[in-house]
Amino acid sequence: MSHPKQAAEFNADLERTQWHDETLWLVREKRDTAAGSVPGWEDLRERASQIKGNALSRLDDYLKEFEQKAVSNGIHVHWASDAAEHNGIVLQILKDRGAKHLVKSKSMLTEECQLNPYLHANGIEVIDTDLGERIVQIADEAPSHIVMPAIHMRKEEVGDLFHDHLGSDEGATDPDYLTEVARQSLRKSFLEADAALTGVNFAVAETGGFVVCTNEGNADLGVHLAPVHIASMGIEKIIPRADDLGVFLRLLARSATGQDLTVYTSHFHGPRPGAEMHLVLVDNGRSARLGQEEFRDALKCIRCGACMNTCPVYRRSGGHSYGWTVPGPLGSVLAPHVDMESFSSLPFASTLCGSCTDVCPVKIDLHGQLYAWRQKIVAAQKAADRPLAMRLMARVLARPLAFRISGWFARRMLRRGWTPAKNSMLSDWTSSRDLPSAPEQSFRSWYLKNRKVQ
Amino acid sequence: MRVGLFIPCYIDQFKPDVAIATLELLEKLGCEVEYPTDQTCCGQPLANAGQESNSEPTMRHFVSLFADCDHIVSPSGSCVLHVRERYGALGGGHMVEKVRTNTLELCEFLSDVMHIKELDSSFPHRVGLLTGCHGLRGLRLGGASELMEQGPDKVRQVLDLVDDLEIVETTRPDECCGFGGMFAVKEEAVSGSMGRDRLRDFVAHGAEYITGTDMSCLMHLEGIVRRDGLPLRVVHLAEILNGGAQ
Repeated sequence: MSHPKQAAEFNADLERTQWHDETLWLVREKRDTAAGSVPGWEDLRERASQIKGNALSRLDDYLKEFEQKAVSNGIHVHWASDAAEHNGIVLQILKDRGAKHLVKSKSMLTEECQLNPYLHANGIEVIDTDLGERIVQIADEAPSHIVMPAIHMRKEEVGDLFHDHLGSDEGATDPDYLTEVARQSLRKSFLEADAALTGVNFAVAETGGFVVCTNEGNADLGVHLAPVHIASMGIEKIIPRADDLGVFLRLLARSATGQDLTVYTSHFHGPRPGAEMHLVLVDNGRSARLGQEEFRDALKCIRCGACMNTCPVYRRSGGHSYGWTVPGPLGSVLAPHVDMESFSSLPFASTLCGSCTDVCPVKIDLHGQLYAWRQKIVAAQKAADRPLAMRLMARVLARPLAFRISGWFARRMLRRGWTPAKNSMLSDWTSSRDLPSAPEQSFRSWYLKNRKVQ
Repeated sequence: MRVGLFIPCYIDQFKPDVAIATLELLEKLGCEVEYPTDQTCCGQPLANAGQESNSEPTMRHFVSLFADCDHIVSPSGSCVLHVRERYGALGGGHMVEKVRTNTLELCEFLSDVMHIKELDSSFPHRVGLLTGCHGLRGLRLGGASELMEQGPDKVRQVLDLVDDLEIVETTRPDECCGFGGMFAVKEEAVSGSMGRDRLRDFVAHGAEYITGTDMSCLMHLEGIVRRDGLPLRVVHLAEILNGGAQ
């Protein structure tokens, strides 16, 4: 898995790259308008960051408080230390009730745990009911964005897909029509479902309740029809008080899509009469991250996706180029925790422009973490595996004479119109742009002739 | 006031005119400028490539050269940010902290220390402005579009003192140009797309020149301008402020 390679393939279709960039930039602009309409937006970000900081600093206490309240509310609480345990718990709940059909609203955690293929292999039908997720599920693709899973697909492609799989009219591209086709097909799944799974946006320690934010009402339709509601949440979704919700709900939808609020903000505090509610609390590496000071703050993330929409690299390389469940700057700081070697190119897929950090509603220093990962990744490589040019550079830059000789040599080569060898660092420069024209003398030489009193 | 002139490695070697303009400008403003002739690089290219620890000798060399200066001024927001933000890796100490605090980007120095109110410079052109991301979001030289509260724009304040210069407003005023040091070669495809998009924005809004705080970003864009034959000329901000750019 190499981000540059995948990104180059994406950029081979320039027209599509520009369309993808423009589409996401539009979302960024909507976010700017929405954020600008809230007086004290920057104070709100700071407040959210501090609340999350507090929650993380006492995570164990808050989790215990949450569990106790949730249980007394009638919710079955389960603990999963990793993805396999999470998947096993979900399967067991379904098996115990003879459930065969599960409808799922959007949950990046279950993507992270690869729940769908696991359940499928165990004879359970899983239908994603969020429109974007349904599209990528039918296309047998991974989501390319955490809020807009099918943002990489154009309506023509969705039309073709629906024609092949859902029987929509050939060549139809009208979004309203295609949505209606999906709606009709999903209705059957909702009615057949014997269990519904949702994610969790916020879990409130003091009440033992949780909040699910969606725009399509699919989470609500699923859990209100099925006798069993399973909610999967990462342990970092805890916030201390119900009052804190006001801070996060004001930030979440505005940062994500530029809406004031998601269309549905559903509060769950316990099962309805005759139904069951299960909540699976998942660690899957989170407590290990909590122990790493330089990376801890990424656990503050509320999964708005703003860092993806604003990232000039994400916009021009697409979510799939990152090769992991969560793409963009956030994915690039999370994926190396899972496998530093496989995802070693991700922290380098950034100019460190800092836009992600400034747009983040909980003020995670995302580009600072990318920088920190770069240090860790290189430190783990054997010295001999590091590029020769970099090893030389480290020596040359610390030695004035060596620096001057190298500089003189480089200028001389450039002045002679030398062409860089193929597949070298400089040929990567020249594949997109011309080399600079080199002056005869360095500034230092000029300075010695024109200023320095001998 | 002893001002140490901090000239980034690539400017020293490839764009000496930018360094000369910076020196002349500071001299005209009455600064006693010293250029430590043994300087090499701040270490950023190594550190951003993940080799911060290997760049320690380079960083220490930098600190030793500039430790006596009242101010250390550079025509590069990115290199200045690196010293200010990343030299903490040297583990503190009086000299290191003094150098970190005293290192300023040119516009920052002109506005925060010199408080300049006028400049003897004219540049009768339509100019697209590229405040480098590290200067913009790291040093807060100007307002970032992501933030809903903005401080003063020090780059524009200084450019506004130049007679006859018109700053061209663009659709995405602070989108990254795609340079990013090693990024420009490692992620060559995306880097090229970012640069071309940025240049298209400048051309569409009628810029004749593009200028900026960082010659590194400008060299990347200049390379594309030349490759694609775009009707744009590239000049560093120091050259405009010094009144010498044609």
